[in-house]
Amino acid sequence: MIDFAFLLDTLLKLLSALPTTLTLFFSSLSLGLLLSFAIVGMRVSRCPLLSYPARCYIMIFRGTPLIIQMYLIYYGLGQFPVVRDSFAWVVLRSPYGCAVVSLALCTAGYTAEIIRGGLLSIPYGQIEAGQAIGMSRLALLRRIIAPVTLRQVLPAYSTEAILMLKATALASLITVWDVTGIAQQIIQRTYRTMEVFACAAFIYLVLNYIIVRAMRWLEHRLTPHLRERPVHTPTKAKLDAGSNPKSLRSSL
Amino acid sequence: MTTIKIKALTKQVKFALIGVALLCASVSEAKEWTAVTIATEAAYPPWNMTLPGGTIGGFEPELMADLCARMKLKCTLQAQDWDGMIPSLQAGKFDLIMDAIVITPEREKVIAFSRPYAATQGVLAASDPELIARAGVAGEVVKLTGDAALDKPYIDQMRTLLKGKTIGISSGTAYTQFVETNFKDIASIREYKKSDEHVLDLQAGRIDFSFDDVTFFSSVLDMPENKSVSMVGSKIGGPIWGPGEALGFRQDTPELKAKFDEALSAALADGTVKRLTEKWFKADITP
Repeated sequence: MIDFAFLLDTLLKLLSALPTTLTLFFSSLSLGLLLSFAIVGMRVSRCPLLSYPARCYIMIFRGTPLIIQMYLIYYGLGQFPVVRDSFAWVVLRSPYGCAVVSLALCTAGYTAEIIRGGLLSIPYGQIEAGQAIGMSRLALLRRIIAPVTLRQVLPAYSTEAILMLKATALASLITVWDVTGIAQQIIQRTYRTMEVFACAAFIYLVLNYIIVRAMRWLEHRLTPHLRERPVHTPTKAKLDAGSNPKSLRSSL
Repeated sequence: MTTIKIKALTKQVKFALIGVALLCASVSEAKEWTAVTIATEAAYPPWNMTLPGGTIGGFEPELMADLCARMKLKCTLQAQDWDGMIPSLQAGKFDLIMDAIVITPEREKVIAFSRPYAATQGVLAASDPELIARAGVAGEVVKLTGDAALDKPYIDQMRTLLKGKTIGISSGTAYTQFVETNFKDIASIREYKKSDEHVLDLQAGRIDFSFDDVTFFSSVLDMPENKSVSMVGSKIGGPIWGPGEALGFRQDTPELKAKFDEALSAALADGTVKRLTEKWFKADITP
């Protein structure tokens, strides 16, 4: 028998933790994005002194589990008095700060690679064309490289955003009370695993649906050239009637 | 509600099974136990811990070995995080749980308990020398009854000490509830998955106090890396923690609980439990 009163009560309690999950998500995603610009800039540089540290960074943060990174940052760094006495302790002292830092560092590694993929997909001819008409490097970046990359990157980046939202659940392991943390707290008190986790899963599902829709909308706005051209009704009627394109052109 | 329904259902299933057994002209009795799986956290020294070789040792595994020998049962220990232990027990992942589980009325609603085999005290710990000096190193035991009016003088004393501080506790224990009901309005509370995590944060200075079992602190504070931490204030004992620590069973296995109750009574009567508590806790903490 489904206990609706309990489900509703659980959902309300979980929703009270929604602001924590959302701020965790947005702050780490935006910090990670900013950081990834710097990393991808270094990564595509021809100077090995810039490119190799970036390769290393990406290797480390993509190659190790996020939960271990989080534990190392939260419990590991806190062990050293040097860290405790430094300015970084202001952020690292709080579980929330540690969660944002580790999520941002991790997503920056992935995002840098996603952006690099976008950069590599720009047809070289377009860059040459820009150079041929005398565009400055900045103009080239603004008019050609950035817009084309953005379009290429969006589908992969929306996946990264979804993964990030789900990764915020790990913050509950370092005492941040996000949706998952509250869910576990309720289970500790009621011992009702199924209902509580189902409610939490539902919340993440709705949030991710919103992210997917928002990204799709953005993609749609940015790729007008890929959309189907609006077709005039009489033309369409003729097409449906089976007339061939040649006669169509003559009738126009 | 669901549990009641499920129970009713299992009863029906049982009757049906008995019916089938009778039809087969053989008399079916309650399940004859020959082997049981026991879940423990293996991370709550000295009650239970993972030894360097990977095996599980400590007070409870030794007690369990003694009980199983008495009952001639084949016992297998299985490590399982505390968080999720009771739901997994109910889901049938193992037959009983042994993890310094304090009997509380809420837990009694969902699982069955054996008779208690230990009764312990809770205490605050701090790492900051100034706070240790203010609270005083833990010494005498204060008995709290669990009756808010009777306990008020001592709770008020604790409240002045904890005002505006951050307290760390393990999530989902009897102490969690005590700390939350009494200090939630004046202090900020952080819940940890495992007890050793709040000791780490105590040293890192992220929290000012942590509250846990005296036996747990006595064992970890002996380690050289925890030398800055010490127990402060009074040790809190008495009826507030209920009857004590006991084994947990599913409610549909009363015959298994009866078996263990009998073995525990024998082990308590012949002094085995007392001897083991003295070995592991340096004190007699039998109930």
